[in-house]
Amino acid sequence: MSTPILDRPVLDIADLRVDFGTVAAVRGVSLHIARGETHCLVGESGCGKSVTALAVMGLLARNGRLQARHIRFQDHDLLGLKESGLARLRGDKMAMIFQEPMTSLNPAYTVGSQMAEVLRHHRGLKRTAALDRAAELLSRVGITAPGLRLGQFPHQLSGGLRQRVMIAMALLCDPELLIADEPTTALDVTVQAQILRLLQQLQRDLGLALLLITHDLGIVARMAHQVSVMYAGEVVETGKVAEVFGNPTHPYTRGLLECIPIPGKVKRGDRLGSIPGVVPRIQAGFTGCGFRDRCAHATVACTATIPLQQAESGHRYLCRLDPAWTRQAA
Amino acid sequence: MIRLPSGKHIATGVGAGIVAIVSLVAIFAPLLAPQDPFVQNLNARLIVPAWMDGGSPAHWLGTDQLGRDYLSRLIHGARISMLIGVLVTIISGLIGITLGVLAGYFGGKTDDAVMFVITTRLSIPLILVALTVVALVGSSFMVVILTLGLLLWVQFAVVARTTTMQVRNLDYIAAAQASGASRVHVLLREVLPNILTPLVVVATLEIALAILLEAALSFLGLGVPPPWPSWGLMIAEGKDFMFFSPWIIMVPGVALFVLVLGINLLGDGLRDLFGTGRTQ
Repeated sequence: MSTPILDRPVLDIADLRVDFGTVAAVRGVSLHIARGETHCLVGESGCGKSVTALAVMGLLARNGRLQARHIRFQDHDLLGLKESGLARLRGDKMAMIFQEPMTSLNPAYTVGSQMAEVLRHHRGLKRTAALDRAAELLSRVGITAPGLRLGQFPHQLSGGLRQRVMIAMALLCDPELLIADEPTTALDVTVQAQILRLLQQLQRDLGLALLLITHDLGIVARMAHQVSVMYAGEVVETGKVAEVFGNPTHPYTRGLLECIPIPGKVKRGDRLGSIPGVVPRIQAGFTGCGFRDRCAHATVACTATIPLQQAESGHRYLCRLDPAWTRQAA
Repeated sequence: MIRLPSGKHIATGVGAGIVAIVSLVAIFAPLLAPQDPFVQNLNARLIVPAWMDGGSPAHWLGTDQLGRDYLSRLIHGARISMLIGVLVTIISGLIGITLGVLAGYFGGKTDDAVMFVITTRLSIPLILVALTVVALVGSSFMVVILTLGLLLWVQFAVVARTTTMQVRNLDYIAAAQASGASRVHVLLREVLPNILTPLVVVATLEIALAILLEAALSFLGLGVPPPWPSWGLMIAEGKDFMFFSPWIIMVPGVALFVLVLGINLLGDGLRDLFGTGRTQ
């Protein structure tokens, strides 16, 4: 294995824009993930988190239009790659796991043949060799009796087991980048914790760059090194987790954090925090702050283009207003 | 487990039984037929079936207007009916499923084009076109199969299209793409196996339809050419004698009715079976 170049990220996205018809789903997202780093994308539904991930994988729906200054993955320029080149990277050097373990395995095939298929496709392995490797990975993700599971169909497995299978499948070809799109949302809490622990451990052991999409700030606090808070297609605040959570600067980030009930701190009968309204659909040509309609502090200045501000080194946010003032007003 | 209401259960069983028996008869026709279905014996014309007055055990179902053994002709006719039913369904299935899956998967312009072809085809009167084609090209076994195969694919296309649309948005399709699978792989290995069950039901009903259409074409004299013992042709040839020898059209008529009923019962049963299997 080549020595990792620490200053060069595994994934580097600059100014990613995705439009669906007249709707701007992603508006200038930039982020980078280094080897062994977990980068969390948080935000409400419809903020463009999943679209960002799908854009990286080259799996946008047909009507999606993608633009970016660059999307670099290792030495590849993903923007310049043809579909066949992308298909060769997918499942090999970059892998993805999905939210819904109940539907992300094909019900028509056994676990073994689905896993073997990936290896035969990317590595040209023979069926027996591929099944050996699949069994190895199943035990790696904590599945006992992998031989038995390989012969089973997805409907014979529980949700947690299926998600483990999905993770094992994603890791078959030793990927550099793993994108997990809400991998635990559909699982119950205890299984959730197991899966997260597993992901963390695998990431440490394999030095994966992990792009974790979630709307659960608890997961972010637990898993992430870096966090990007997305709102209406933009990264409104980004930085190290400790800095962003310790010193939330964008009103939206603060709003999200206030939505979490903390045992002991929130008293019975208190109103839980919430942010009024829903994420707007941003049309092409929109300028200013996407959050201004829901923001308690919005002023006329918020309709103009918002420059990226620096709170601390590496901690940036997208708000015109003085953080000291918005913090008090809240 | 999969369970059918008891009434349904019996009907499906009866249907499956009929289809199984006719299939076996069709496969082993040369062994089962007591006589050569083509040998004419003008001295033994229009002999009545064995259970009627004047019948003879030598000809269980009697003989036709040319003295050919009717049972032997019926048995060989099963072969023609089943063969045409199955071959037509295979051809129309290939066409319909291909078009339907492509339309459902790619959507957009592809879907528009396929839908246009489907509606165009639906506006064409089936029997009329089949008659015209056969009249122009000349009637033969292959012409009948190809003509019907090229006409009957619509049901397959419609069902394949809708089911593909449902399947294509499921996560495992995205997961397959995310693991680097090619488009062909996704279509053949991920989509197709998951839309097969409803298509099997369509196939059974299409077999029945093809058999009936072949009989209709043969009855009109533009199907399977004589002296082949197609059931439709047997009815056509017997119609001149039906006043004095009504059994001559009743025998192939009943055979046709029973076979198509059997296939439809089986198809209905399969649909319910898969239907309950789906919702569980």
